[in-house]
Amino acid sequence: MKQVIEPIEGVRKAVTEMEQRAQIQIRDLHAWFDTHHVLRGITLEIVEHKVTAIIGPSGCGKTTFLRCLNRMHELVPGARVKGQILIDGQDIYAPGVDPVFIRRRIGMVFQKPNPFPTMSIYDNVAAGLKLAGERNRRKLDEIVERALRQAALWDEVKDRLHKPGTSLSGGQQQRLCIARALAVEPQVLLMDEPASALDPASTLRIEELARELAKEITIVIVTHNMQQAARVSDFTAFLLEGELVEYGPTDQIFTKPKDPRTEDYITGRFG
Amino acid sequence: MDLRYYRRKWTDAAMTAVTLLCTAIVLAPLFLILLFLVKTGISAINWDFFTKLPGPAGEPGGGMANAMVGTLILVTLAGLMGVPLGVFAGLYVAEHPKARLAAVARFTADVLNGVPSIVAGLFAYVVIVLPMRHFSALSGGLALAVLLLPIVLRTTEEMVRLVPQSIREAALALGIPWWRMTLRVTLPTAAAGITTGIMVGVARIAGETAPLLFTAFGNRFWNWNPLQPIAALPLQIFSYAISPFEDWHRQAWAGALVLVTIVLGLNIIARYAATRQTKPQ
Amino acid sequence: MGAILVALTSAAWPAIRQFGLAFFVTSTWDPVALKFGALPFIYGTLVSSALALALAVPLGLGVAIFLSEMVPDWLRAPIRFLVELLAAIPSVVYGLWGIFVLVPWVRTALGPFLKAHLGFLPLFTGPPIGIGMLTAGLILAIMIIPFIVAVGTEVMRAVPNTQREAAIALGATRWETTRTAILPYARSGIIGAIFLALARALGETMAVTMVIGNVPQIKASLLAPAHTIPAVIANEFTEATTDLYLAALLYAGLVLFVVTLVVNILARLLVTRVARGVEAIRE
Repeated sequence: MKQVIEPIEGVRKAVTEMEQRAQIQIRDLHAWFDTHHVLRGITLEIVEHKVTAIIGPSGCGKTTFLRCLNRMHELVPGARVKGQILIDGQDIYAPGVDPVFIRRRIGMVFQKPNPFPTMSIYDNVAAGLKLAGERNRRKLDEIVERALRQAALWDEVKDRLHKPGTSLSGGQQQRLCIARALAVEPQVLLMDEPASALDPASTLRIEELARELAKEITIVIVTHNMQQAARVSDFTAFLLEGELVEYGPTDQIFTKPKDPRTEDYITGRFG
Repeated sequence: MDLRYYRRKWTDAAMTAVTLLCTAIVLAPLFLILLFLVKTGISAINWDFFTKLPGPAGEPGGGMANAMVGTLILVTLAGLMGVPLGVFAGLYVAEHPKARLAAVARFTADVLNGVPSIVAGLFAYVVIVLPMRHFSALSGGLALAVLLLPIVLRTTEEMVRLVPQSIREAALALGIPWWRMTLRVTLPTAAAGITTGIMVGVARIAGETAPLLFTAFGNRFWNWNPLQPIAALPLQIFSYAISPFEDWHRQAWAGALVLVTIVLGLNIIARYAATRQTKPQ
Repeated sequence: MGAILVALTSAAWPAIRQFGLAFFVTSTWDPVALKFGALPFIYGTLVSSALALALAVPLGLGVAIFLSEMVPDWLRAPIRFLVELLAAIPSVVYGLWGIFVLVPWVRTALGPFLKAHLGFLPLFTGPPIGIGMLTAGLILAIMIIPFIVAVGTEVMRAVPNTQREAAIALGATRWETTRTAILPYARSGIIGAIFLALARALGETMAVTMVIGNVPQIKASLLAPAHTIPAVIANEFTEATTDLYLAALLYAGLVLFVVTLVVNILARLLVTRVARGVEAIRE
């Protein structure tokens, strides 16, 4: 347990230094698929308006961890969760909390772009708002434009908002999905290897976008690409076999890792 | 949060309830039909029913023995024509997934599967009854075979596809020629699944009536000659159902009970066998 | 398939030559005078099938949505199986049940009820004798629902999970996920399922002939008896004593075959389109 607690202290220090607060507090989080114990007691705090990267070899549970944060993990048959996740002090796993509510506050972007193929670019971005019952055309126009600008896609699509979302290139589709998530004004954006299906140029744009967005929104990004974690994140958590090995400011993780296993991983000795 | 939120939750609950209600409404006839079948049919089922020929019109008594045997003969005839052809065509389609002919055959089978059964009867009529100038069990068998063929073809194809490539390659690596590998390795591995498919197909054709009206035609007596008209259980049920006699109505229900027991029984056995096969060993 | 087409066409040829396209628009069906027009049968086939679809599509899609999106996993297989059993019941048994259970119910309960409340519509006039278009539509609906459910569930399950999750992650409820992500994606497959069911309804013979009354007439009222193409073939084929009479029935059968063939082909093309729909999303 010791190495689990220690990095938190490190973050606490960093947090106080920068006068920022922890937005998401995760306490002793366990997750299972049937009998398979995927997450084994994760405790960490995620800082508001920063980019936090989750790294680790495949199968270490990083995607599961991310999906616990917006209660998507429980959608898989046989999945179970134990532990506490507080967002702005509210326990999202408390009885009576509606996951639908949680997911509106915590947006998500997936590995592969998944725009709704039957909807136009505009309707894709407006989808979340329309679900929430927003019918005011002027307001919708406004928010769609804002979200597309935030996702750095506006200039490319403003003349063809009513073309299908699938008419865009892969990188554009992924930014469309980011715009779709941003349109409902979430407090946190979860990104599950958002660039893994994209070419290097599109990847770079997504990374720039993540940095830019972090000014207004907390970002948690899962990646198997350590350079990406180093480029994009403020804090990095290293997961191994369902356990949190090390967590701290990205600089420190990549230059002076405390745990030998972290060092082995980032220097490419395994994984 | 507000009204909107509660309205969304309410809509969600309401739609879930609506789809559940749809399911209940759709399944209700199944239970109603089975209930009536058992309630009405069981009273007319007795030893005579299974052993005797139909009685004279309007007189109580008699049975459907010849109709049951007739259905058995018709299904056997259909099986003799439809199963080998279906299995070999299915094998071809599965082993040559890229071939144009295979794609055409698969599509044809799918479309043929949706062709009205009475059209199959018309076909058999034109091909066999017209030239022979009389009705026959053979023509009834052909009509049923037309209906059986696509079912057998598609299941064979699916089952053969499920045979792992590694098993085939292992056989081929031993230097066994392709056709022997197919007969000795692929088919036996897929046999259980194919049998299941044939059972489902037999269950379907055993209950077919329309294509038999003007092919097998029906017969009030025993017949063992495939070139003569023959009785069939569904035909007998039909003619008794539209007759004016109370006792025949009861016998029609009894016949339907027997038919449904056979058909649903075959389906249930097939389903049970299929779930056992797909479970990992 | 080609063989069926050739056989039917050649056998129906005398009638095709004699009546040509007038077969479709005239309504005299007189075996004695050797005048054959199939309009009442075509009308009856289309109206009974349309009625069946009107009842079966909403119900069938409701069940398909339930099975694909709403039902807990352990309950899915049993319900599917029950619906499959519904499809396995022979049509003559449906007809039997129709004659002795459904017809009396329509005569004593549903027919009078519709007459009392909707009698001002031409659809529900005349005596509710039980047999007729309405009863045929009801029994057809019960018979074709399993096809809508089976294919509908299949195409909805074929929608990639990423689509489902995209909607859920936006904070959609289960029904909203179905409405925004599943139904639009599966649309062409659902239409295919409906076409497949339509083909079944058009060609269904025994159950229809046992409850529809077999009267070749065109009446606006759904309570009146009617006739269909498969029903007339089933009823009159063995009594067709003249060659032309027989050819006319075969002509009707040919029409039925071609129509169901086209509907089936359309259905198959639509269903396969859903499976291919995945390609629309670039990777």
